[in-house]
Amino acid sequence: MTATLFAVQVLNGLQLGVLLFLVAAGLTLVFGVMDFINLAHGVQYMLGAYLAVTFYGLTGNFFATVILAMAAALVLGLVLEVLVFRHFYDRDHLDQVLATFGVILFLNEGVRIVWGSAPLSYPAPEILQGAIPVMDGFGYPVYRIALIVAGLICAVGLWLVVARTKVGMLIRAGAANPAMLSALGVNVRQLFMVVFGFGAMLAGFAGVMAGPIFSVEPGMGDGVLILAFVVIVIGGIGSIRGAFLAALIVGLVDTLGRSFMTDIFKLFLEPSAANQVGPAIASMLIYVLMAGVLFFRPTGLFPAPGRA
Amino acid sequence: MPGGITRGRAISAILLIAFAVLPLVAEATGQGYLTNIASRVMIYAIAALSLDLILGYGAMVSFGHAAFIGIGAYAVGISAEHNLWEGTLTIPMAMLAAGLFALVTGAISLRTRGVYFIMITLAFGQMAYYTASSLSAYGGDDGLTIWGRSEFLGNPVLEDDTALYFFVLACLALCWWFASRVVDSRFGRVIAGVRENRARMAAVGFDPYRHQLVAYVIAGMMAGLAGALLANHAEFVSPAYMSWQRSGDLIIMVVLGGMGSLYGAVLGAVAYLALEDVLAGFTEHWRVIFGPMLILIVLYARGGIARAFRREGRDG
Repeated sequence: MTATLFAVQVLNGLQLGVLLFLVAAGLTLVFGVMDFINLAHGVQYMLGAYLAVTFYGLTGNFFATVILAMAAALVLGLVLEVLVFRHFYDRDHLDQVLATFGVILFLNEGVRIVWGSAPLSYPAPEILQGAIPVMDGFGYPVYRIALIVAGLICAVGLWLVVARTKVGMLIRAGAANPAMLSALGVNVRQLFMVVFGFGAMLAGFAGVMAGPIFSVEPGMGDGVLILAFVVIVIGGIGSIRGAFLAALIVGLVDTLGRSFMTDIFKLFLEPSAANQVGPAIASMLIYVLMAGVLFFRPTGLFPAPGRA
Repeated sequence: MPGGITRGRAISAILLIAFAVLPLVAEATGQGYLTNIASRVMIYAIAALSLDLILGYGAMVSFGHAAFIGIGAYAVGISAEHNLWEGTLTIPMAMLAAGLFALVTGAISLRTRGVYFIMITLAFGQMAYYTASSLSAYGGDDGLTIWGRSEFLGNPVLEDDTALYFFVLACLALCWWFASRVVDSRFGRVIAGVRENRARMAAVGFDPYRHQLVAYVIAGMMAGLAGALLANHAEFVSPAYMSWQRSGDLIIMVVLGGMGSLYGAVLGAVAYLALEDVLAGFTEHWRVIFGPMLILIVLYARGGIARAFRREGRDG
């Protein structure tokens, strides 16, 4: 029974980790290549989920919804890039933080106007409903497995693009030394639009996939954004490999902490005290982890080469 | 720049006098509710002052500043829950708790630079937020109602809104004076020096890390005081005080007012809350207007309100 519960929570942790990776990958690429800090990346995740609500209402087909919502997320991301972000590339980080914070305020409130404040949802596709038996009659939802698989496929695809294609080579070069790349005659602005649109699409995809599991509501991207920052800081800014490993670590630590911390404290504390302390410590766990990593490696576990 | 300093002092004095006569004017014109709003404005002005000390003078972009406010507020709220109302105890406790949090998180955060620092302070702010949310004994997500205000030597003097107003004003004046002393001191110059050229300050023999950490703790304690006042004003604390959006609001106040000028921070708090109030009067969805406005301000109005008071071509 406990082993089953543990297995289920490990899967939940992996699933959170995969979602976090999809959000963190775009965030860290944009930062790595352009030195641009985009707080609005979380609302792009939220937009993905809201767009999916609308497209699901129109088509009634989950897979069509995924494709349409990703395309729309890409377009909206590029619109944001043209309207707002490109005016702030040359500014300092504080200006970028404030401007993208303005975008967050606008979009969080905007979805409230368009879709209302109440949480919305849409179902997982029929083909992915039901559960896979994990152990003696205990099932794990197929959709969550599919999410993990889809996320892993994305991760592999992203790795292939970054490690094996010309665009990927430019992205890596940009992350390592943007000034040199631009001196070599590469149009860094154009490269950035590609990276940015790609990142917005990944975040949107994560939002679409998260919709059937979490409720779709204004501000849903904010918590994910902070977690993505923790992932990036632990993994090392600009590093896709670091983001991937750190996302899995953060997903697992957070999920397992929340499920078992109270029980662990019950081993040596009064149950009432454990019920108090457990959840509080569990919610701090990944930040403690982050602080620990930074203490020993201030640039994260796998910093992108050239960026120290 | 002696001219700039005098001008700054004059503006500070005018602002403080305006705050001092506001309750009288509000009473005379039959708009007593203004006193209540102005108390809140002054509380946020204290918080903005504290953030300006590290952000404006030290270029430390702390995105977790609301956590200090929340910790200060919870110190008062939790004390009240255990029937401890004595403000001479709870308010120093609030400052101490916030200062301790600043010391621990600052010691870790300040090991990093630039964007890492922004993200880490953000993460620590969230840590405080989620911790408060999981304190089920003290209201958890719903927050904690405080059934009264702090007492002083057993006297519930703050129960009167006007008394609270002048108490907050006194705190603001004190913090303002203290902050200006810090800024003008040798310590303050080291902080500003580290902002300009860290390596040079280190070469001259100052320890940048230690100076920054002390500044961070001072700012944390001041924000903790603001939190204690906020808990008294609202007679309520909730995790929402610590949300990262609140930290963003504080940064906006400082930038709106003009970084690196103390009266700018106070003006920024006044302007931000007034703007929020006015826009909220138009529509409940005021953030839809405020968001783009913020982008335009950052794009075109660097230097903030304080810049308007400075002489042309000078940047002090």
